[in-house]
Amino acid sequence: MKKENTVTVFLMGKAYRVPAGLTIMKAMEYAGYRLVRGVGCRGGYCGACATVYRLPGDYRLYADLACQTTVQDGMYIAQLPFTPATRAPYRLEELAPQGETLLALYPELARCVACNTCTKACPQKLEVMDAVQQALRGDIAQVAELTFDCVSCGLCTMRCPAEIMHYHVWQLARRLHGAYQAPRSGHLADRVGQIRQGAFHGELDRLMAMGKDELAQAYKARDIEP
Amino acid sequence: MKRVAYFPGCALKDQARGYEAGAKKALEVLGYELVELSRWNCCGTVYALAQDDLVRHLGPVRNLVRTQEMGLDQLVTLCAMCYGTLRRSQRFVEEDEERLSRIRAFMDEEQEYAGGVKVLHLLNLLRDEIGFEPLESKVTRPLEGLKVGAYYGCMLLRPRDVGVDDPDRPEVMERVLGALGATPVLFPERTECCGAYLTVARPDVVQARSERILASAKSSGADVVVTSCPLCQFNLENRRPAWAAGLPVVYLGEVLAWALVQGATVPEEIQARIGKPAEVKA
Amino acid sequence: MAGELNLCRERLEGALPRKVEEISGQNPYACYQCGKCSAGCLFADHMDVLPNQVIRLVQLGDEGVAAFRAPWVCAACLACAVRCPRGVDIGKVMEALRVLALRRGLTPAPLNLGERYPQIALVGAFRKFTP
Repeated sequence: MKKENTVTVFLMGKAYRVPAGLTIMKAMEYAGYRLVRGVGCRGGYCGACATVYRLPGDYRLYADLACQTTVQDGMYIAQLPFTPATRAPYRLEELAPQGETLLALYPELARCVACNTCTKACPQKLEVMDAVQQALRGDIAQVAELTFDCVSCGLCTMRCPAEIMHYHVWQLARRLHGAYQAPRSGHLADRVGQIRQGAFHGELDRLMAMGKDELAQAYKARDIEP
Repeated sequence: MKRVAYFPGCALKDQARGYEAGAKKALEVLGYELVELSRWNCCGTVYALAQDDLVRHLGPVRNLVRTQEMGLDQLVTLCAMCYGTLRRSQRFVEEDEERLSRIRAFMDEEQEYAGGVKVLHLLNLLRDEIGFEPLESKVTRPLEGLKVGAYYGCMLLRPRDVGVDDPDRPEVMERVLGALGATPVLFPERTECCGAYLTVARPDVVQARSERILASAKSSGADVVVTSCPLCQFNLENRRPAWAAGLPVVYLGEVLAWALVQGATVPEEIQARIGKPAEVKA
Repeated sequence: MAGELNLCRERLEGALPRKVEEISGQNPYACYQCGKCSAGCLFADHMDVLPNQVIRLVQLGDEGVAAFRAPWVCAACLACAVRCPRGVDIGKVMEALRVLALRRGLTPAPLNLGERYPQIALVGAFRKFTP
């Protein structure tokens, strides 16, 4: 490979020359890493491949997903595939969708100093600090809205000086919102009713009766939403 | 209608909703619209007294930046603790160029804080901008016969250079109550601390304080105690001894609404003291 | 308070008074021990040493001051600060002692978080009692 088509990156402190244009995840595999943790969907949804890096001549510590970020020359990279965070024990059906619920289960929310480090660390570009502040003042719907695209990568939680365990709080807020506050979806209830009444049994029986080749054929020919 | 930037603080969106609702409506009657900051964050509730820890001032300064973004230079608070932290942080970072530049460098994602946002408490607004006489002229339901003990607590008055009035002999709340037609009752503990955040670590200490404060107000003849601090309100209501149950602790905004706002809901025990409801003054 | 006090130059010029001054911005040696702060302190009943004694221990460079309960019972109400005839903000000195302890990993008894508190109480308590 021509030299101009490669970049040098530092993985866990060791230099590797890798093709330009690879994602961090692919660069690691190119360099010989076999990823069994810290890798998942490879599509930016599962949040398993949290990574941090610095670039030459830049004081910032960047945080991103390894599967979504292209390597740059001189990148210093480390993986943070998991951030320890304990989920508060609760049963959703015993909770009330009240503002104080979040604070009662996660009182450390009150330690936020509004430094905004969480927002800067978010690979999904969420307004994380605003969500903490909404959680503190008890607006569950706002928290659910602001964190809808959270992939639970844990980067904000790792960087937080107040030791808040963001992704568990967000999950609780979304669950409370979904269970108690969001409007019920009429067509979902209709569809569940159809399933219960056996509207799709025939289709399933037809699939069950297929052989392996026929099933593969049907899979390839399936309708895919654009 | 004059528009002023408004910082609510967490309590005003939760346990002290009645304070916000009352104050907003009462201020509308007085020609002021409280415009809530579009994004705001907790002030920190207790001002950081350690001068070597700038991180604790980030929250307050962000709120000052939000005010600046609105093109306004006054920020009004209803909560005494928010007032204390915001006002003190504003002074702390502005009195030292190096501090301000360090804060700016840290908050490089924000519009640069230019300085000069003036933090006001509701009482500043009532006394210095609106005035007691115009306030009195807008009263539609004078609170005649209601004896009110104004409880200042700490953060409205101390330290001296930040307090809204003389830390030992304040009168601003009494003047407001007088303008509303109520009878202000002075009681010895009106400027003494309720124990504040010790309520989490030492509820016993706060209980002893609440008892002293309420006993002082009650023996001075107060029918009701008024405060502008949600933490004082929580402590006095939740750490109070059983014998003091008949002495309600209400927010300044609620009292303003009773006197100024047509159709404001007045609790029964208060209604009984001030007589007939909502008669429009000729 | 300590039964025996060892007064020596090393202590008076030692780390504690300087550190307290750095954090609080207050000169502990400005205090002339009039006791007005302690006389007016609403929380003195619950303290093991009085506010003026806390200042004295700082003046003497006594690191043992960290073990006393007094700074953790102080509610930062600043009644002492507005009354001090020498202009010492004793509330800031108390805060410096709390901050020093917390930064050294010495924490007061864990907070009772079992009860429901308003945000304003929790935020305040976390800021004063946790590092």
